[in-house]
Amino acid sequence: MKIDFPHRQSAHCESGVTANLISHYCQPVSEAMAFGVGAGLFFAYAPFIRLNDLPLTTFRSLSGAIYKRAMKELGITVKTEKFRSPVAAMAALDEALEEGIPVGLQTGAWWLPYFPPAYRFHFNMHNMVVFGKEGTEYLISDPVFPEPVRCDHENLMKARFTKGTMAPKGKMYTLTAVPEQLDLASAIKSGILAMTKAMLKTPLPIVGVKGIRFLANRLEKWPRKLGEEKALLCLGQLVRMQEEIGTGGAGFRFIYAAFLQEAAEVMHDQHFLRCSAAMTNIGDRWRDLAVMAARNCKGRARAEDSYPAMAAVLRDCAEQEKNLYLDLAEIVHS
Amino acid sequence: MLKKDVPQDSGMSEGLTEVCYAVGEDGRYDLVASSGWEPKNITNDQAWDVIAAQLELVRAEVKAGRVSPLAYHMAKHQMDVTLLAQYVDLWRWRVRRHLRPKVFAGLSEAILQKYADLFDVSVAGLRDVATVDESYRPGKDRLI
Repeated sequence: MKIDFPHRQSAHCESGVTANLISHYCQPVSEAMAFGVGAGLFFAYAPFIRLNDLPLTTFRSLSGAIYKRAMKELGITVKTEKFRSPVAAMAALDEALEEGIPVGLQTGAWWLPYFPPAYRFHFNMHNMVVFGKEGTEYLISDPVFPEPVRCDHENLMKARFTKGTMAPKGKMYTLTAVPEQLDLASAIKSGILAMTKAMLKTPLPIVGVKGIRFLANRLEKWPRKLGEEKALLCLGQLVRMQEEIGTGGAGFRFIYAAFLQEAAEVMHDQHFLRCSAAMTNIGDRWRDLAVMAARNCKGRARAEDSYPAMAAVLRDCAEQEKNLYLDLAEIVHS
Repeated sequence: MLKKDVPQDSGMSEGLTEVCYAVGEDGRYDLVASSGWEPKNITNDQAWDVIAAQLELVRAEVKAGRVSPLAYHMAKHQMDVTLLAQYVDLWRWRVRRHLRPKVFAGLSEAILQKYADLFDVSVAGLRDVATVDESYRPGKDRLI
């Protein structure tokens, strides 16, 4: 039992699954397009939320929001189910596959045997598409892997019912109604507006452009407040969140730049190309920060890698991002 | 980032390539396979070193008889009491008690079986303090 499903490797699991599912039913849609329409770009620094006992930084919007928003904007109806019983959850999956429907799943990363050991964390917001079953093995399009992968029944069931924060509870989703022609232009506009609004106007000091400045202020004080050792751990965590598998580089800034390029084509508006180039520059600045931070972690910091210098890079990113988002909001409004 | 600058510093990924978005000479974005990036490798090693150091501490505690072998398996699977309690469907305070060697020694077969199933070991293996001496390198060796 195997559905003819287009597996394309993507940078990020959620936008990859969204794009691949849409592409299966109608015209090919890129991951970058799904990410942009889903208003995936974001920033928040939440020192009170601890991950491995270190502050959380996020470069993307809440898990599940990208796919939800992208589907809604494109007029696609999605059926989402959660389960109490693992057995019922697996039966529902088998049933959908029998009908030839590819199924999106939210799973944990911990129980997936095809994950390399270095990626095995208790992370519950992974997404994949199951497109077939052979014997007791499921055929899976896991968007962060180059080729389709396989997982046995037992481990997939465990992965669908991992415990902890954001437990997936067997969540599965299938597309039920897809319009013949996608209205990309209006979806792009609203996706960009939602993103600029979140980044510029969220009334919280830890979110958006203000959040980047807030992080800059905090980061500058890390060595004094936390001690050298803990400060390095915080720096490491920041780089991991920015560059971990799934960001496409520079905390999703490069994916977004690719989206803006596609937007220019769809909207026949050259302004977006200028914005895309600006976003690429911003992404390069974030990568500079990662290099400086990693040199600190490795004990190879140079004079120009000091904490104030890293804070300055962050403030530069904040300033450039602010200008870009103002620019984008104006283009979309006009 | 330019296509020619997409890093290929393999390290943590076991040959798995991931997607990077990069600009070609024509200024167009494209998906480029990357086998890794040094800053990522450094910071990932850092995270695994912390986990390994913690596991080492727990190992010493178990051998000194201050905590039960359950603590070792919990740390090995990167769990805390909250997460472990959810997996075995017990109250947190009960799991916390099971970390005490004396309480652990008197546990029923049924309770031990729950832990053993979760950690994929035998009940005898779970009881045996010597298992903490196994060679296991966090982030490098496979658990499943």
